[in-house]
Amino acid sequence: MEETFTHKKISSIKFGLMGPKIIKDMSSAKIVTPELYDKEGYPVDGGLMDVRLGVIDPGLKCKTCGLKLKECPGHFGYIELARPVVHIKFIDVVLDVLRMTCSSCSRLLLSDEKIAQVAKSFEKLSEITDEKNQRILVKKLIAEAKTLSKCPHCQAKQEKVKLEKPSTFLENEKRINPIEVRARLERIPDEDLNLIGINSEVARPEWMILTVLPIPPVTMRPSITLETGERSEDDLTHKLGDIVRINQRLFENINAGAPEIIIEDLWDLLQYHVTTFFDNEVSQLPPARHRSGQPLKTLTARIKFKEGRIRHNLAGKRTNFSARTVIGPDPKLEINEVGVPRVFAMKLTVPERITTWNEQYLKAFVQKGPTDYPGATYIVRPDGRRKKITDETKEQLLEEIQPGFIVERHLLDGDVVLFNRQPSLHKMSMMCHRVRVLDGLTLRLNPAVCTPYNADFDGDEMNLHVPQTEEARAEAEILMEVQTQIISPRFGLSVIGGTQDAISGNYLLTQEGYKVSYETAVDILMRLGLVDFSRLPKKKEVTGKEVFSVLLPEDLDFKSPNKLYKTEPENPESMVVIKKGQLKHGFMDSSNLGEGSGLLLRQIYKLYGPEKGVLFLGRVYRLGIEVLFIDGFTAGISDIDLTQEGDDKIKSILDKIDKEVLLLIKKFDDGKLEALPGRTEEETLELKLLQLLNRARNDAGAVALDNTIYSNTIDMIKSGARGSSIHIAQMSALVGQQAVHGSRVNKGYNDRTLSCFKRGDKGSLAHGFIRSSFKDGMKPYETFFMAMTGRDSLMDTALRTPKSGYLYRRLANAMQDLKIDYDFTVRDASGKIVQFNYGEDGVAVAKSEGGHINVKRIISNILEN
Amino acid sequence: MEKLLEKYSDKLPQKLIDEIVNNVPKNITDKKLESIFEAVYKEYSSSLAEPGECVGVVSAESIGEPSTQMTLDTFHLAGVAEVNVTTGLPRLIEILDGRKNISTPSVEIYLKEPHNKGTDITKIAAQIRETTLRSFLSEINIDITTNTLSVLLNKSKLEELDLDYKIIAKNIEKALKGYKVKCEDDYVLSIKHNKEGNLNDLYKLKEKLKEIYVYGIKGIKQVVPVKRDDEYVIVTAGSNFKEIIKLDFVDTFRTCSNDVFEMEEVFGIEAARQVIINQIMTVLEGQGIPLDVRHILLVSDTMTMSGHVLGINRYGIVKDKPSVLARISFETPLKHLIEAALSGEVDNLKSVIENVMINQPIPVGTGLPHLITRIVNEKKP
Repeated sequence: MEETFTHKKISSIKFGLMGPKIIKDMSSAKIVTPELYDKEGYPVDGGLMDVRLGVIDPGLKCKTCGLKLKECPGHFGYIELARPVVHIKFIDVVLDVLRMTCSSCSRLLLSDEKIAQVAKSFEKLSEITDEKNQRILVKKLIAEAKTLSKCPHCQAKQEKVKLEKPSTFLENEKRINPIEVRARLERIPDEDLNLIGINSEVARPEWMILTVLPIPPVTMRPSITLETGERSEDDLTHKLGDIVRINQRLFENINAGAPEIIIEDLWDLLQYHVTTFFDNEVSQLPPARHRSGQPLKTLTARIKFKEGRIRHNLAGKRTNFSARTVIGPDPKLEINEVGVPRVFAMKLTVPERITTWNEQYLKAFVQKGPTDYPGATYIVRPDGRRKKITDETKEQLLEEIQPGFIVERHLLDGDVVLFNRQPSLHKMSMMCHRVRVLDGLTLRLNPAVCTPYNADFDGDEMNLHVPQTEEARAEAEILMEVQTQIISPRFGLSVIGGTQDAISGNYLLTQEGYKVSYETAVDILMRLGLVDFSRLPKKKEVTGKEVFSVLLPEDLDFKSPNKLYKTEPENPESMVVIKKGQLKHGFMDSSNLGEGSGLLLRQIYKLYGPEKGVLFLGRVYRLGIEVLFIDGFTAGISDIDLTQEGDDKIKSILDKIDKEVLLLIKKFDDGKLEALPGRTEEETLELKLLQLLNRARNDAGAVALDNTIYSNTIDMIKSGARGSSIHIAQMSALVGQQAVHGSRVNKGYNDRTLSCFKRGDKGSLAHGFIRSSFKDGMKPYETFFMAMTGRDSLMDTALRTPKSGYLYRRLANAMQDLKIDYDFTVRDASGKIVQFNYGEDGVAVAKSEGGHINVKRIISNILEN
Repeated sequence: MEKLLEKYSDKLPQKLIDEIVNNVPKNITDKKLESIFEAVYKEYSSSLAEPGECVGVVSAESIGEPSTQMTLDTFHLAGVAEVNVTTGLPRLIEILDGRKNISTPSVEIYLKEPHNKGTDITKIAAQIRETTLRSFLSEINIDITTNTLSVLLNKSKLEELDLDYKIIAKNIEKALKGYKVKCEDDYVLSIKHNKEGNLNDLYKLKEKLKEIYVYGIKGIKQVVPVKRDDEYVIVTAGSNFKEIIKLDFVDTFRTCSNDVFEMEEVFGIEAARQVIINQIMTVLEGQGIPLDVRHILLVSDTMTMSGHVLGINRYGIVKDKPSVLARISFETPLKHLIEAALSGEVDNLKSVIENVMINQPIPVGTGLPHLITRIVNEKKP
């Protein structure tokens, strides 16, 4: 089973320019004719599709390396240019060099002493490898050399060299052609070049004037055969065709001794084509176009931007063994499971190597074949050959199989997969789940993990990846599985927890006085997957707290306030107390079970480890839902009906606010309103009114919550499962002040917002205060104001997403190399120390309690024992 | 106890030791104390971040992910009386960009002992705020016969601030070139051209005069005294930290600007780092986004590591990256390629992105260790 290839590691990449000699040396063909194919459709020798440049047709072998399609990397060719042309991307460099050097002797325009001095300071710098300072020094030097008007070496007078865009050099208003430029650049001594930041070993300036053009291999510009049998060539091939054609014409004209003007014209045309070959978006040049008028996509466009080579192909990778569909909820799954449709499981495979111990087990999969569910699709022989399993080949393969073969079997329950939802903003966006093969065609997940993925089920799709090597599976399991990701590294609290119904259910269950019959309790617990009921007291009726306690670890001691504690700290129900795994008093709500805080969850996770934590969460989640199943849980419009008293109270709040508003406005009109420091009187009025009206809504919210007839909706709010008092207020009392750009509505017609108001009306209604409630319905102008805020917030989101996305990209790019080294310092890629100790104490946020060591808890633990 | 402290001083950070000492009862036995120390040490060492952890990416995620939830509303009014300050996403971008000119510079000026009680707060505020002649003006007259401007100052306003009008005269003279300012009696200034002036110029000057800076600190557009706990603090809109810090009633230990570069100029890079941390914290707290300080520490440390404040963009941190491919993968790839080719740069493939590009394991996390196993010959007994 020896592998036939050797592992090599690339240790470094060196960048440099290619000179004519290098180009010729690396080329396998000289291109001389613009024709592509002969009459038979076979590539012409010396044409742009020359067979020596690589293969793009299946079945053919490369003439240079003998490899087949997809194996042959392609080979470069070259064109000998009739006259040299400037490489457009280096034109600024050429200009700088020309200005810095003497036009007659090509020495750097600096005196010998100065050169010696600079060379010395360079040596000093390179000792400490200070690249940045070197760059600064070079810049200074360039500026200095440019200003001299007389060469200190040969005393020749210097004319100013100008660049006429895009690619013509002028000296003293006279054109200097590329041949002349090249001649000057050639004369520059290596030592002078090194002083101005050009490494003469890899980049001679004359190489920036092209005499030989490399022809990229056909593999990077494949032609497509259309349905009609016609061949459609790549943009690059088109462009190269132009270059070769003009080049040939130029050759012919020069050889025939054509007049200088014609040659010049052709030369310029050649320059244009070579320029657009490199970059078709040079500002002064018309872009080269297709016959259809669409600009050609040439080299620069292929590299740049998000869709370019760098970011699309090099920094971004694609995978096999992945799947994607719509997701759906399934609370019956464990938190770390994912439901995979059977059809997916039959396409996604896991390679397993046959050993003497699992031979029979794996042979069973091969026996079943690719179409019967727990089967296999391929086997891989030790020499790397893949064999497809079909009904015909099955028998033969079964005989052939022996230890050392690899069977690619279908996905099974319990396999490790990665699950991901875009945008992948944090590491919890891609977590490792265990497979559960299910009927149906959607991917299923426990609703508790919606939060880290930021998923909902209104049509969201998610991706699934099957790791193919043992290393990948191990890493996925240890580093990425859901239970290891519960505590967010952002703020050290849990991101996974009970949501919505799970919280409402547990809230109701653990209320004082909640009782179910023993049979029902067993029924509920069984549905959670429990089989051991010994911890349930054997009574005719059991309390909800006792049912809940069955799920708790037997030796848990825990104490924590719940949401009631803020308003009623004396009430025993406001403090959750668990002793020896029994919930003594206090009810469960979002502060103990919910995500973000989840105090009880966090404690269990910390004390009993991720495995038990995730199991507990899954059970609690299902318990909540089962309780609601048994009792029923509905919401309706009548939930938010206020009592008569409540209605009156809200009315009186509104009346009071109205009065205060009028009072303020009157004060302002009379000029008696005292301006706040640093503000005008108008601003002061606006601020005070906004404050007043917002207070109105909050007051109304409190009143509404207290004066609603008891209902499930109120339970949801009180348990923290969903909604808040503001929502109740908006539905039953008043919607409240609408804000556009953070202030009251102030836009519209002259001196008024809408034409139904008086000019200059400063009142609450005229500036977006909505007195109606959603239930009663809004007045036309109120609807309009509401729509304004709606639009404002839509705009806000639309503008924010790209901005924050870019910020994120920049941050990630700047900090991606920072890691903790073995000496616990934080270092970047080049080994520079950023922090001597991560976060000044070395503590990982996700591994501690919100980034802190809870010293007080440890002390009290030890003192009590 | 001393022995224990010494023993653990290398093992635990000072902050934890202090916390233990402050929280244990006074009469604790040494044995119990030791077990406490041991327990804390155990917990501490188990919550240390592991080598290889790519903390940079975690921090970037932790800041980048919640930034999608921030409001874009530029201004936030913290309380009614305070100054407009940019908050939310725009402010965060501004800080991380390392922008030289921020949109709402502001200084919080703490005052020294007797002044912070608020008795002379208006006077101090006026001393800080940039004031133009307009606010002290009651009349300007032009004497055509002598070509002189005579400026009558508002006596009561000046007296209110205890201000000598000669200072104003001086400041006007400084601002105007070629004019002579003479102090006449009773709050009258006469302004005359050094040479022969013509009347037109005087009329122009008359308008110009009103906007001339005469008092306070240049650049401070607005001053708001705010009560914080038991003392008065002056919050300004506009900033000129260099000048403010020179005033003798200013508490130089606590006064702080929100302009990172200004603080770097006056107090140096460490102060700039702290300002970045504090400002990011303020923004995130204002948005109600919980975030551990460690992430912000790391960001500000990367920004200030070089000794200057570098922005997180292609002109700042990314430009200084040693790896060519890492620079190319960010922005303006061709520019970086050309530069790299000219100087013959070598990319040693030490950072993450290059290794992604060439399909090699990345040198962080589980890709960091290089383990070599010695293959034992099976035939050996």
